[in-house]
Amino acid sequence: MLNALQQLGRTALGFFERLGRGHILFYYLLLGIPSVLVRPRLLLQQLFSVGVLSLLIILVSGFFVGMVLGLQGYNTLVDFGAEESLGTVVALTLVRELGPVVTALLFAGRAGSALTAEIGLMKATEQLSGMEMMAVDPIKRVMAPRFLAGFISMPLLAAIFSAVGVIGGYFVGVGLLGVDEGAYWSQMQAKVDLHDDIYNGVIKSLVFGVVVTWIAIFEGNDAVPTSEGVSRATTRTVVHSSLAVLGLDFILTALMFGDN
Amino acid sequence: MSQHDASPLVEIRGLRFARGNRLIFDGIDLDIPRGKITAIMGPSGTGKTTLLKLIGGQLRPLEGTIRVDGEEVPRLSRVQLYELRKRMGFLFQSGALLTDLDVYENVAFPLREHTNLPEPMLRDLVLMKLQAVGLRGARHLMPSELSGGMARRVALARAIALDPMMMMYDEPFTGQDPISMGVLVKLIRTLNDALGLSSIVVSHDVGETVAISDYIYLLSGGKVVGQGTPDELGRSDSAWAQQFLRGLPDGPVPFHYSADDYAEDLLLGTEAGRG
Ligand SMILES: Nc1ncnc2c1ncn2[C@@H]1O[C@H](COP(=O)(O)OP(=O)(O)OP(=O)(O)O)[C@@H](O)[C@H]1O
Ligand SMILES: [Mg+2]
Repeated sequence: MLNALQQLGRTALGFFERLGRGHILFYYLLLGIPSVLVRPRLLLQQLFSVGVLSLLIILVSGFFVGMVLGLQGYNTLVDFGAEESLGTVVALTLVRELGPVVTALLFAGRAGSALTAEIGLMKATEQLSGMEMMAVDPIKRVMAPRFLAGFISMPLLAAIFSAVGVIGGYFVGVGLLGVDEGAYWSQMQAKVDLHDDIYNGVIKSLVFGVVVTWIAIFEGNDAVPTSEGVSRATTRTVVHSSLAVLGLDFILTALMFGDN
Repeated sequence: MSQHDASPLVEIRGLRFARGNRLIFDGIDLDIPRGKITAIMGPSGTGKTTLLKLIGGQLRPLEGTIRVDGEEVPRLSRVQLYELRKRMGFLFQSGALLTDLDVYENVAFPLREHTNLPEPMLRDLVLMKLQAVGLRGARHLMPSELSGGMARRVALARAIALDPMMMMYDEPFTGQDPISMGVLVKLIRTLNDALGLSSIVVSHDVGETVAISDYIYLLSGGKVVGQGTPDELGRSDSAWAQQFLRGLPDGPVPFHYSADDYAEDLLLGTEAGRG
């Protein structure tokens, strides 16, 4: 009994300690951003490895998700004779929800895990302490550029995901199932609102980008410096950031769309 | 830098440091004089690497003072510490090269981070440093394509890139063939004398270390157990010094990490198996 209590206390303390370290790191990451802006080359490299390299999986998944939406939407709408609205359904679902959320989940799996593994291995091979001994701050030199790259890439990837998804829905709905092409586009144009839908979607993806990249960098930096430690940290990145994305999505949705 | 100052470059007093419950240093006093090569020797796991990290400000002592060039390292702010580290060269036991950069860029790294040298001058500097460690021809290789010994020499070239006032070498000789070992020994001596550096060499290669060092500290069990010039130590009748310098298995230096009684430990397993 006493042992269980002790164990519980230790776990809780450990959790809050990590939470604290995470926030301190977040603070230093923010402080490091100005020094990234004066060295755009570092940022460009990371935009490539964090953003561009995630592009393929985003394109493919976006297209398939859009096709499924087209099919499911059509089957439901056709019962009410409302298949003309397919464009709206596909676009709203993507822009408000699936675009940001699915992109963030894929991003956590593709870029987040890679970030954690990379930083964790740099720690395990003493590259980070080597930098410190050369008077180079690894947070500014290594982590801040990756953080900023994640922040910039996420909304762009989510936008690409949604755009490709709309094309996927078009391909199935208009191309295969015979929905009127004019209706598909014009309904979409009429019903999707710039403020309510697009901006809110962008805000979501910005938040997800920050959270996923932050968790990934923190787990890498906090990894036990062994191969096992790095592998555990990588797993934790994917699990924690996926859960964080889904939880935050609910909160953000409630805040943004709750009152209508 | 007060080069001709008689005060020691590094002054350690009453240093205590623990890892978890294990006391690694239990009251160490140590001086590293300017312009000399000081060796720190001791059995594996005594905390030689830890001592260098304490001097470099990567770890904080439990108690005691560590003064480098008059500055109290554990008390420095981050900015001051980084300023101090620009004047310290540190050769890691593992080399710690940046694996995403090739040899040339690794050596150029501190120069790019801390100076605004024009590219041609930077190139000359990098090639000079690489020439000094005999690896100018390897400049296009990636760290993964280097042997352990080569990686350590590249790391040495990188450590001297900013012309530091002091160099800390963590096991510079392990993994070197006899030829590059000889070159390295000479290099450490030459760097020290020609650039007016002060050097700390951590090693358990007795022969090489005794050959290049001006003064030796022997560490064991968290204490300084012997010190002196190589000659003095060789002649001393201290059991510690004799055991370590001659490599005798029996003596005051334990070969084993501290543990319970061996026989009892084995018996415990038998009893547990029966019970
Ligand atoms: N990160 C760490 N966490 C806990 N204990 C550590 C850590 N690093 C080192 N130690 C302990 O500190 C002691 C000293 O380690 P250190 O690396 O300084 O030894 P060393 O004298 O450099 O040995 P070697 O000659 O083998 O390199 C070791 O006994 C080790 O168990
Ligand atoms: Mg060591």
